Amino acid sequence: MNSQVEDGVNPSGSTTGLGHVVGDSVDVSHGPILYLDDITVSFDGFKALNRLTITVDVGELRCVIGPNGAGKTTMMDVITGKTRPDEGTAYFGQTIDLTRLTEPQIADAGIGRKFQKPTVFENHTVFENLELAMKADKRVFASLRARRTTDEIDRIVDIMQTIDLLPQADIAAGLLSHGQKQWLEIGMLLMQEPQLLLLDEPVAGMTDEETAKTAQLFKSLAGERSIVVVEHDMEFISEIAATVTVLHEGSVLAEGPMDVVQSDERVIEVYLGR
Amino acid sequence: MRQAVLKEDGGNTAHGDAPDSVASAPGQGDTTLPHTGAMQYAPKTDPFLSPAGWMTLAILALITLVIVPSLFVFVPEQSPFHVSAFTVTLVGKIMCYCIVAVAMNLVWGYAGILSLGHGVFFALGGYAFGMYLMRQIGRDGQYQSDLPDFMVFLDWKEYPWQWAFTDHFLWALLLVVLVPGVLAFVFGFFAFRSRIKGVYFSIITQAMTFAFMLLFFRNETGFGGNNGFTDFKRILGFPITEPPMRATLFALSAAALIGSALLSRYLIRSKTGRILTAIRDSESRLMFSGYNPLWYKLFVWTLSAVICGIAGALYVPQVGIINPSEMSPANSIEIAVWVAVGGRGTIVGPILGASAVNGAKSFFTQSFPEYWLFFLGALFILVTLFMPKGIVGLAAQVRKLLRKERASEQSG
Repeated sequence: MNSQVEDGVNPSGSTTGLGHVVGDSVDVSHGPILYLDDITVSFDGFKALNRLTITVDVGELRCVIGPNGAGKTTMMDVITGKTRPDEGTAYFGQTIDLTRLTEPQIADAGIGRKFQKPTVFENHTVFENLELAMKADKRVFASLRARRTTDEIDRIVDIMQTIDLLPQADIAAGLLSHGQKQWLEIGMLLMQEPQLLLLDEPVAGMTDEETAKTAQLFKSLAGERSIVVVEHDMEFISEIAATVTVLHEGSVLAEGPMDVVQSDERVIEVYLGR
Repeated sequence: MRQAVLKEDGGNTAHGDAPDSVASAPGQGDTTLPHTGAMQYAPKTDPFLSPAGWMTLAILALITLVIVPSLFVFVPEQSPFHVSAFTVTLVGKIMCYCIVAVAMNLVWGYAGILSLGHGVFFALGGYAFGMYLMRQIGRDGQYQSDLPDFMVFLDWKEYPWQWAFTDHFLWALLLVVLVPGVLAFVFGFFAFRSRIKGVYFSIITQAMTFAFMLLFFRNETGFGGNNGFTDFKRILGFPITEPPMRATLFALSAAALIGSALLSRYLIRSKTGRILTAIRDSESRLMFSGYNPLWYKLFVWTLSAVICGIAGALYVPQVGIINPSEMSPANSIEIAVWVAVGGRGTIVGPILGASAVNGAKSFFTQSFPEYWLFFLGALFILVTLFMPKGIVGLAAQVRKLLRKERASEQSG
């Protein structure tokens, strides 16, 4: 483990105290890839997250559900560095302290995030969107010299096949349908080669067929990557999820397999029963 | 592949089209490439310039670098082919404005950062070179002193610290680049690090140029107060008002304009260029893709300031004066108008815009001086409302309009 820390070469060369960003691999020698402990975030006295504790294991596919305002998006903000917690610790693997890194550093360390509203570069083509997201040296002068290699093009084409957008390679992303934009954003995350994917409502606005395909895709990705999905679509969740975490008022209300959670009295009361 | 039309069910096109073109690909040309199948999906990289583009560039370079300067210097004044000193100075001046517009377009057109303070970088470049020009006056000033007239007037006995080494031509050139560059870097670092964006950023740049104007109005600052610098005599010992020097400055301005336009083109074609437009369109997506927008913004912002400084240094010896009014907020706003009128986010747009607006300006200020500002204001409003893509986008707009009309005729 130590040699890994020393030998790791990080493209942006950033080391911030405990927040070591090390090479391609995250140190997951003790199991969990994501470890949030006692996280509290308050906005003007309102506690968006209230002593939230959650762990995600390597290769796990986790679903997070909860009524509006339960803190799902805030949790993602904390993990990706957009919001700093008032209290608590957030670790990615054993060594990376997420509360000390900036958004780009966290992305570089191996956490990819899909926004609730599909967010792609609308004036760039599908190909260029994927190219921009690709794992690479992302500093200014490296980008100035960057040339497309055939390997990179192959990888981009691979992903375009995966997300079914190959015929749209040359089309500006702004012209895609809502569902296609969702897929493109997922494709962009894959280009980043993250260890952990955070997906905020990935199937919103998709047709049933597209939703089924997305479920297939996520199931095939889990195992090599860890995935956290925030969704409202119960059918989708029961199709993909191993473990479901229910958030309520900023803390975990229940956790377990879908059928167990669904029969939990408190869950029915706050969420499913409505 | 290129004509593939967007369809809701991408499946059909994918299966019908893709294998077909993969199969046909090896038949055409580049059969040696092992990756032809994948390569065909890569966007075709545009050439740096099209053959017609290179041709136009060569002709423009020939005219501005050789023909006009020679017609001005070597053809006698009586000849119909003679180019007047007035024209050379006017066009030279407008070319300096064009350089500023190109620089402004880099930050506004591509990275989406609207600066309303670019005049300050232009003026600082002008002042930096102006110090050298003042030193070159030597003892030919009104008071026949080693010091510039304004310092004698203030009863100063020696040059203040900021004038150190400014009698050296190379140091002056370095200052032209360094002063705007360092100011932009420091200002940009704090502004971008604090994630100041949009209209808030525009307002603080406006405040910055205003603050600098007030600073330079003060005599104590050591740059001639509200009179600034004027009465220049020489560059490198050569008289500044003589045709050879004027022609040289004209050609240098043209070279700098061509250079900055080509630099923009290079930058925009690179991955950095695509990242800059991505900052404009969706900064948060870019951040969560692992890029730190701070350094990209700072890079293009500083580069733009340096280009403005160079333009300022070429401008001052041609017009023969620099004073703090160059830093007035209205001047910086005018720069934004040039770019908007020409068409932002294109290489030629800003150049067309700066030329058109300044051409109109020299016409108006000669014929109807009192109406110029009204005209400028109206122009900006009309362009924003009806020509969002500026002069450059006009052709496409007209074409679209005609097509619509034809379509409505057919349906009606």
